[in-house]
Amino acid sequence: MPVDETVNPVEPFLRSDRMPHIWCPGCGIGTTVNCFARALIESKIDLQSLALVSGIGCTGRVAGYVKLDSFHTTHGRAIPFATGLKLANPKLNVVVYSGDGDLAAIGGNHLIHAARRNIDLKVICVNNLIYAMTGGQTAPTTPGHATTSTNPYGTFEPAFNLPHLVEAAGAVYIARWTTFHVRQLARSMSEAFSKKGFSFIEVISPCPTLYQRRNKMGDGLDTMKYYKEKSKTRHGAPTNEVGLTLNGEIVVGKFVDRDRPDYEAMMRGQYVEALGDRYVECGEMVCS
Amino acid sequence: MQLSEIRIAGFGGQGVILSAIVLGKAASIYQGAFATMTQNFGPEARGGACSAQLVLSDSPVLYPYVTRPDILVVISQEAYNKFGPELKDGGTLIVEQDLVRVSHIKEGIKVFSIPATRFAEELGKRMVLNSVMVGFFTAITHLLTPEAVRDAVADSVPANFRELNLKAFEKGLEYGNGVLINSPELRGFEAAAVVEE
Amino acid sequence: MKADPRGVLTGVHFIDGDHACCEGALAAGARFAAGYPITPSTEVVERFASRVPTVGGTFIQMEDELAASIALQGAVWGGAKAFTVTSGPGFSLMMEHIGYAAMTETPCVFVNVQRGGPSTGLPTLPAQADMMQARWGSHGDYEVIALCPNSPQECFDLTIKAFNLAEEFRVPVMFMMDEVVGHMTEKVVIPAADEIEVVPRKHTHKSTKEYLPYQTNGNPVPEMAHAGEGYNFHVTGLTHDERGYPNMTPQTQDKLVRRLQSKVRAATDRIAMFEEEHLGDAEVAVVSYGITSRVAQRAVDLARQRGVKVGKLRLITAWPFPENKIKEVASRVKALVVPELNLGQMVREVERAAGGQAKTFAVSHAGGGVHDPQEILRVIEEANQCR
Repeated sequence: MPVDETVNPVEPFLRSDRMPHIWCPGCGIGTTVNCFARALIESKIDLQSLALVSGIGCTGRVAGYVKLDSFHTTHGRAIPFATGLKLANPKLNVVVYSGDGDLAAIGGNHLIHAARRNIDLKVICVNNLIYAMTGGQTAPTTPGHATTSTNPYGTFEPAFNLPHLVEAAGAVYIARWTTFHVRQLARSMSEAFSKKGFSFIEVISPCPTLYQRRNKMGDGLDTMKYYKEKSKTRHGAPTNEVGLTLNGEIVVGKFVDRDRPDYEAMMRGQYVEALGDRYVECGEMVCS
Repeated sequence: MQLSEIRIAGFGGQGVILSAIVLGKAASIYQGAFATMTQNFGPEARGGACSAQLVLSDSPVLYPYVTRPDILVVISQEAYNKFGPELKDGGTLIVEQDLVRVSHIKEGIKVFSIPATRFAEELGKRMVLNSVMVGFFTAITHLLTPEAVRDAVADSVPANFRELNLKAFEKGLEYGNGVLINSPELRGFEAAAVVEE
Repeated sequence: MKADPRGVLTGVHFIDGDHACCEGALAAGARFAAGYPITPSTEVVERFASRVPTVGGTFIQMEDELAASIALQGAVWGGAKAFTVTSGPGFSLMMEHIGYAAMTETPCVFVNVQRGGPSTGLPTLPAQADMMQARWGSHGDYEVIALCPNSPQECFDLTIKAFNLAEEFRVPVMFMMDEVVGHMTEKVVIPAADEIEVVPRKHTHKSTKEYLPYQTNGNPVPEMAHAGEGYNFHVTGLTHDERGYPNMTPQTQDKLVRRLQSKVRAATDRIAMFEEEHLGDAEVAVVSYGITSRVAQRAVDLARQRGVKVGKLRLITAWPFPENKIKEVASRVKALVVPELNLGQMVREVERAAGGQAKTFAVSHAGGGVHDPQEILRVIEEANQCR
């Protein structure tokens, strides 16, 4: 990408003809997209081979703003769509970019199964702790006692600790940052690109319009201060200790970085063992 | 060939379905006729009772199910008890004589029995019992030519068991031809009596 | 274009409809299937799972039908021809993704081996009660194509046709089998690959700069690109413009949804496949599809033997509904008899298309078996009495 001082370095990665975006002032999703663009630059990844898949929700709209082959799928199903895309064309680098409600509630089953299969997907989960697009309802990630439009007297269901969940299911790379940690986040994204297998990056992100306001946590700037004060970087932290609470500390860092064969390697290995020369590797399935 | 409804029934693992496939193939692929095979599915089809339905005809088969079989082949007592009453008046009953005790049979039913398991064991493998039955069926019913059925057997079994299955087929065929020669006017229980001697 | 010989099992086989459907998919060029086990359809993907690693493709058993029905669409955008296979409850779960395929114009095939319902119903026994669901099951206005085979041979032939239509029109095609057709074993002739016509993907020839994913030029079916080719296209289930960008205005909605509907509906007569017999002098016509058409044929033969002037019209294409054909037949007979394994679905379409020209008689059956031909015969005779 040629450097031009007059343009924002992330602009070539965005569909400028789609601006302005729909996100609210103070929303963290745009920040994560910035980090993503920087990770693309940093990792020097081949953009033509990169496809981005989103589900539904505020974060689901990321697919519409990036200048890549991008798929805005159905609610919760970004991961299985991405699974089919990746298997049909293993040369693609496939990123799933979606929110906590989309990935962990309606899409929760797909999340754990994709991690179990160790399918080579980079999942970026923007976790604003709430359903934002639909108006601030409780998510499976909403911390206890937080107020939402569907728990107006405070939530009482225990929340998912996503890093712990996906580690148990088999992810090979797990990191968590907040939108305050832009450099670290970009680095983790870049690192995930070099990883073969199921990678999961959770980004704690504000929803000033619905979550912060309703829980009297101030605006976007106040949230940045909160993230700065309450975040503790603990690389390699046991994921069972990184659960989130309403006002408590936020453990961030790279929690898991391990290797095990990814889905395609296991598939190939099994077929070669069972079928020998009769196995025909699928490669690219372009059927034109 | 007139439209013939056939039911083959026994226990899971006796090769009931394979027998029906062999006969269906013989008719539709090697003899230029038409065959439709259906089978019972579901948990009840595993292990216990197992049954296949076969409709053979000179013209395309429309209705796929067997309602009143013209021919009933049974390889277990349970199958006989269950399906025996369905047999059409004047129909043909083919039984494995050591596994099925024929009783309460309607008058006019032609009964033919064969110690197929014993023959299969003598050939070295109990599992070729179904090919013995197929050979016997071929001889008794005259619906299909031995050539067509022989080809279908060869085409339907694993290569390493082809020879054994063909031997089993010939054994059943030969035994069936013998039964017919010895008693050209076989009817009802007389048939069973002759075979048992 | 001719079929890729690697996928074609040329020869004469004695196989069931499920297996024949799988062979049809392979012959049509399908190299990706995503499935979830469900009786009585699973044999299709079981065979695919066993065959496809030797012809260069992938099968994945997903965690549920929602996943299967969207994974296949990911594969299509990755360049594959893809399908999924299910039955009753699974088909219900796939509905949202049938709508997604219609909206995003993703060419693909959904095989539904129909069983008795509602709910878990009769897992191992037949019905034809998903016919309206196939047409209307997803929310919103859209069109699909649905085909109804009545033998294992047709499970092979028409599966190829289903893939071809999916590619030609860029629509999800519903392949509406039933438990009897799926599980019955008959002779299936698979021709040589060079005798099988296969419709290739409508891939764009435009440069990456010129290409607009949903631009139509004369032909209402836009051209496609695949991920990884540098087109940087966007696909969304939201109402979108020619660029594929969300554009949620009544104007864009109107233009898009009308095109999605008309690209199929305008081609109804071309898509319509049917089989007719004895309609020349017929006063009563039996309209049927799928397994019921075979049972109905027996009833028609019996009625003819009794001197009733009855003919048959078999619908091979159920959707888009061949209205003109029904209209034409209705204008020549006094009654239409419609047997089906449901309590009255396609009969309503027949009645609507007949427009009062002929009286319509349903022969309902709740499923779990097929009609007794005598039952259909009785209604034919009753219909023959009408004025």
